[in-house]
Amino acid sequence: MTTKPRDRVVYLDHAATTPMCAEAVAAMLPFLVDGFGNPSGSHAIARAALRALDDAREQLARLLGADAGDIVFTSGGTEADNLAVSGMAAGPGTVLCSAVEHPAVLEPCLAAGGRIVGVDRRGVIDLDALADALDEQVRLVSVMLVNNETGVRQPLETVVALVRERAPRALVHTDAVQAFGWLDVAVLAAGADLVSVSAHKFGGPKGVGALVVRSGAARGEATHLRPLLRGGPQERERRAGTQNVAGVVAMAAAAQAVARDRRAATRRARELSTRLLDGIAEAVPGVYEAVARDDRIEAVCNLGVDGVEAEELLLVLDELGVCASAGSACASGAIEASHVLLAMGRSTEEAKRHVRLSLGHATTGADIDSALLAFGKAVERLRA
Amino acid sequence: MRVLVGLSGGVDSSVAAALLLEQGHDVVAATLKLWGGAGDSGCCSVGDVDDARRVAARLGIDHHVFNFAEEFEQRVVAPYVEAHALGRTPNPCVECNRHLKFRRFLDRALRLGFDALATGHHARVTSDGRDDPPHLLRGHDLAKDQSYVLSMLTVRELSRLLLPVGELTKPEVRARARALGLPTAAKPDSQEVCFVAAGPGRGPRERFLHERIELHPGRLVDQATGEVVGTVSAVEMVTVGQRRGLGLSSAHRRFALEVDVASATVVVGSEDDLLTEGVELTARTWVTGPLPAGTVVLAQASAHGRPRPAELTDSGLRYLGGPDRRVAPGQTVALYAGDEVVGSGIAA
Repeated sequence: MTTKPRDRVVYLDHAATTPMCAEAVAAMLPFLVDGFGNPSGSHAIARAALRALDDAREQLARLLGADAGDIVFTSGGTEADNLAVSGMAAGPGTVLCSAVEHPAVLEPCLAAGGRIVGVDRRGVIDLDALADALDEQVRLVSVMLVNNETGVRQPLETVVALVRERAPRALVHTDAVQAFGWLDVAVLAAGADLVSVSAHKFGGPKGVGALVVRSGAARGEATHLRPLLRGGPQERERRAGTQNVAGVVAMAAAAQAVARDRRAATRRARELSTRLLDGIAEAVPGVYEAVARDDRIEAVCNLGVDGVEAEELLLVLDELGVCASAGSACASGAIEASHVLLAMGRSTEEAKRHVRLSLGHATTGADIDSALLAFGKAVERLRA
Repeated sequence: MRVLVGLSGGVDSSVAAALLLEQGHDVVAATLKLWGGAGDSGCCSVGDVDDARRVAARLGIDHHVFNFAEEFEQRVVAPYVEAHALGRTPNPCVECNRHLKFRRFLDRALRLGFDALATGHHARVTSDGRDDPPHLLRGHDLAKDQSYVLSMLTVRELSRLLLPVGELTKPEVRARARALGLPTAAKPDSQEVCFVAAGPGRGPRERFLHERIELHPGRLVDQATGEVVGTVSAVEMVTVGQRRGLGLSSAHRRFALEVDVASATVVVGSEDDLLTEGVELTARTWVTGPLPAGTVVLAQASAHGRPRPAELTDSGLRYLGGPDRRVAPGQTVALYAGDEVVGSGIAA
């Protein structure tokens, strides 16, 4: 086990990040060399950059079911989430979020004195608890579309309806970072007022994302979002700083490719994840799925393994050429038990036996077969 | 051999890793995440993990971080706090070695297919050959010898343990680190218990305990006269044998003889009053197997304490050559035959 490249690596950690698709790389390259302009200038080079920015904005907006003017480019999903939550918070008790949100939503929510709404054992938000928590103080409710650790889909439409009924002044934010690669967010998040996406989760580069801020014309009142970054007037004064033009262009290209391939990719992911999970169930005793298959997107497979620690399983899988992950990393790089599983009522001891294998658009049958073999070998080795 | 080396982020384990590579072993490094609490400036902080990772990169070996924080809290920190609450003087480093480093970490190394675990402790594991069980010896540099905190090990662990720096003096270790260009060559050794923030005096420990348990003021009662001769702000912080910090003028030379938390009393007396025939030991361990009562050993009651000749009894030991200072309840006593560790126990 030394730092030498392996012959064949099966990458099943797409929920953590995805390789850039060819379209995104091709779209990005010119902007790393000739297209270096700052879109805020007035000369030809600046205007060329601005043109590219505008085009990308329009493309992405279409794919997110938004107007171009509703798109705020950010440095990624985390910034988009922070902008939504901190941007709408107005003192303690004004923000609600689910217990299974990504830390990029949980942390700013807690920092703003917000409240957490629990989930049930399936990992789905407790709608009764949400209804109870909604009052006229609430300014923002944040519920993700798809959970990154379990793949569980939240009933966003129901959440929106509940919020409109009980806290009509509140906005709904959805973290669609995990969802965008697999679901038509334009349709599924149509009712949400704020939507976050992150390029590197759908074949784009790291360091760029977007927040949809719907103009609120339909609700008769403009959305007042307090900016996180103040400085220049970029992004209609919602997010200062020279835009990452190359990144944004790549993001739009990736989004385009994803939208084009999504249906076929989802079908393939369903077949392949079924093959993987059924194969494991048959060959490896004492392994169970964390969530019901119907409750989640097919690409994310969260498994609990009896008698084996996730940390060790990941190491052995890595040795066997399979990349997977578990829980979340803490500042030191060590794995912490998944707060999502804990919120679902699992004990810490149990949570530390869960691993996540997440498929990508390019995952093949051969990948799955290799992973299946490796998984069986690894578990056997560690149980010996 | 395939060896998993525990890299703490300090210079000793860094050089241990380098030596193993020189010896031709297939080496992988791991850092234990044990603590990440408020006092995260002691050993094993995030900075230490970063240092360890850089050393591993420099040496060209893979580096992993293992999260044992929960077990560390259960087996080391909570018992430490509880011991103090009972007026005992625990040794958390010993418990960490016993439960985490040389049990959980070692078991994991073996499960992952490694032949041995290595650490940067200053001690030596030797064997005369295949049929000879491994021996645990003091480190070559007696001033830095860490065999005391390893004294609970048995041949089961020792047969899978490598201690590469035990043959070197500390200056030699640092020189090697410098020669290898290791980033940690000049890093100072950590002095305090890892989960207590660094800082002078008893302050940091008291602050740590204060966050977890109630600390009670207590009275100092003179053993001879029964009079109350002083007070302390926290009876749980007093150690048997302690003289300084009792708030008594040095003219009196009073030592803490007993700590009774329940009655918030510390019995104090003269240096002679500290003398006792021996010590009762619990949690006894033996490197190879139990030694019979009557065996003569050298008993060491602190990391760099003076070893004193003693005779084993059925339940502890009896000092030879006259009474000696009592050992604070909760302290580990390491037992030696010459420079070799033969067993350990905890003062009752």
